[in-house]
Amino acid sequence: MKTEYKIISDIIEKNSRVLDVGCDDGTLMEFLKVNKNTNIRGIEISKEKVQICIAKGLTVIEGNAEFDLKQFPNNSFDYVVLGQTLQAFVNPEIVIKELLRVGKKAIVTIPNFGHWKVRLNLLMRGTMPITSSLPHDWYNTPNIHMCTIKDFVKFSKIIGFKIFKSLALKNKNISNINNSNLFFKNLFGELGIFLIEK
Amino acid sequence: MNVKNSIKKIIIKKPLKLDCGQTIDNFPLAYETYGELNENKDNAILIFHALTGDQFVTGINPITKKDGWWAYAVGPNKSIDTNKYFVICANVIGGCMGSFGPSHENPQTKKIYGTDFPVITINDMVNAQINLLDFFGIDKLFSVVGGSMGGMQVLQFVSNFPNKAKTAIPIACTSSHSAQNIAFNELGRQAIAADHNWLDGDYITKSTLPDKGLAVARMAAHITYLSKKGLQEKFGRKLQERDDLKFGFDADFQIESYLRYQGSVFVDRFDANSYLYITRAMDYFDLVKQFNGNLSNAFKNSKTKFFIISFTSDWLYPTQENKEIVIALNAIGANVGFVEIESDKGHDSFLLDVPDFLKALKNFLDKSFMEKL
Repeated sequence: MKTEYKIISDIIEKNSRVLDVGCDDGTLMEFLKVNKNTNIRGIEISKEKVQICIAKGLTVIEGNAEFDLKQFPNNSFDYVVLGQTLQAFVNPEIVIKELLRVGKKAIVTIPNFGHWKVRLNLLMRGTMPITSSLPHDWYNTPNIHMCTIKDFVKFSKIIGFKIFKSLALKNKNISNINNSNLFFKNLFGELGIFLIEK
Repeated sequence: MNVKNSIKKIIIKKPLKLDCGQTIDNFPLAYETYGELNENKDNAILIFHALTGDQFVTGINPITKKDGWWAYAVGPNKSIDTNKYFVICANVIGGCMGSFGPSHENPQTKKIYGTDFPVITINDMVNAQINLLDFFGIDKLFSVVGGSMGGMQVLQFVSNFPNKAKTAIPIACTSSHSAQNIAFNELGRQAIAADHNWLDGDYITKSTLPDKGLAVARMAAHITYLSKKGLQEKFGRKLQERDDLKFGFDADFQIESYLRYQGSVFVDRFDANSYLYITRAMDYFDLVKQFNGNLSNAFKNSKTKFFIISFTSDWLYPTQENKEIVIALNAIGANVGFVEIESDKGHDSFLLDVPDFLKALKNFLDKSFMEKL
C-alpha cells in the first residue's frame, strides 16, 4: 500500500460517497471499499486500466475528467479524489472547479516540482528535470502543468478555494504544511496532499 | 415442421395492452433456457435478442442447425457461464420463432395476420417477457443482458420493472433510435414492400415469399453492422473466383458475393413481415421521449447496477449514444460502469470473438454475482 493511499484513506470518513478521478488500476478504490466501506466510483481514461478495475468488481466509467465530470450533479460525492493527475490536464483550473462542484470536499495530491532534486537537476544540468517520480522527457511527458507545493497554495488563493489540510510526504514521512514551514516543505516534500473545499 | 413443434412456449393468458391500443391475450411466447436455476433462484439471467435473433442463444439452433447467435459469449465457462447461471431467452413478440407474430393465424378471422398484426413496441416486448419470471418462480433476475435491440429491451425492462434485476448490461445500443437508424430500417422495409411477392403482407396465404426483397433488406442492414475498415481488411477489392473483371453484373467482387450469400441464407430463416414489425418497434423506441425528455427519470426508481459497453467502430449505435445512457444514470447517482471496447468489427462486435469484450462481460457478471447487492 502506497503511503499516499494510506494518508488519503485516513482523511476519508467511513461510509462516505467517493469518486476517484483517474482511478488507475483501482488500488485506492479497493482499499477504500474494504477499509472505509465507501460507496466508491471511479473514472479512468485508459481502457486497459478500466478492464483491470472491472476484473476487481469496481464501478468505473471510462472517460476523461476534463470533459466527463460534468455529468455528475453538484455535491453528489462526499469526497472526490484526484491523485497526481492535476498536472496532466490541459486546464487544471476547470478541473479543480469541477472537483469542488461534484464533491463536497476534494483530496488533491501533486508531485512537488519544487523538490530540491528537481531544482538541482535543472540548475546543474540545464535540462528539464528527470527524477524517479518524474521519469519522462520533456517531449513525451503527460505532465504538462507541473506545479510546486507553494504554487498550489498560491493557486488556492487565486481560484478561491479553502485548504483544510495540507500534508507533505517525504520518504514515507508525513508532516503538516503551514505558512511558517512552507519554504522547507516545498523544498523537501516529494508529494503534496491537500484536502480542499469551495 | 416437427422441429418447430418442439419449441418451448408459455401461453400468456393475462391480457396485455399494447402501446398501439389493442389488447392481446392467450398468446404464445417461445423461449429457451440454458444451465440450471439454483435453489435460491437468484442466478437467472434474461437475455434479450436483437433484430434477427431468436431464443436459441447458444449451442446448435435446432431450426437452422447452426451455432446459436451468441455462442461466443454464452455457454459453459464462457462470459455468461451456463455452469453458473440459468439463462433464459425468449423470442420477441412480433418475431418468427414461435412467439406471437404476423405469421400466426388470427383466431377471429382464421386468417394469417400478415400486416393485420398489431404494431409492436420494445415496451410491449418486455411486458410480454416479464411473464417468464412468474413462470419460473423467479422474484428477481441476477441480470438482464442484450446488445443492439436487446440493449433497448434491457433499458425498457429496468425502467418498467425497477426491482426485477440486480444488474443490467445494455450493449451497443441507444435510448432513442436516431434518424439514421430509422432511415436504414426504412430502406429494408421498402425493399420488402417492393418485392411483388410481398402482396401487402399476404404472401403466406398465397404460398409465395418476398425473398428477393427480404434478401436486399438483409444485405443493406448487414453493411451497417460492419465497419469500413473491417470490410476493407476482409474483402478489399478482391475478386470472387475470377482473375479479372467480367464487365457484367455478376458478383465480380468478394464483397458482393458475400452480401448475396448473407441475403440468401437469411430468407431461409426469417419472415419478411416479422422484419417489418421488429424494425418498426426499434424505430418507435424513444425512452427519452417516454420520460418527457429526461432519460434519468426512466431509472430513478431502480437500484439496478448497470454496466454499459460500446465499441469504437460501431457507427450504427456509436459510443456517444451509449454514453448518453451513462450520463443519465450518473445524473441520478445510479451505480453505473462503462467501457468502450476497441474493435474494428463494427456494430457486430458484440456477437463476435472480441476478447476484450468477452472478458469485461465475464468479469462484471462474475464479480457482481459474488457481491451482495
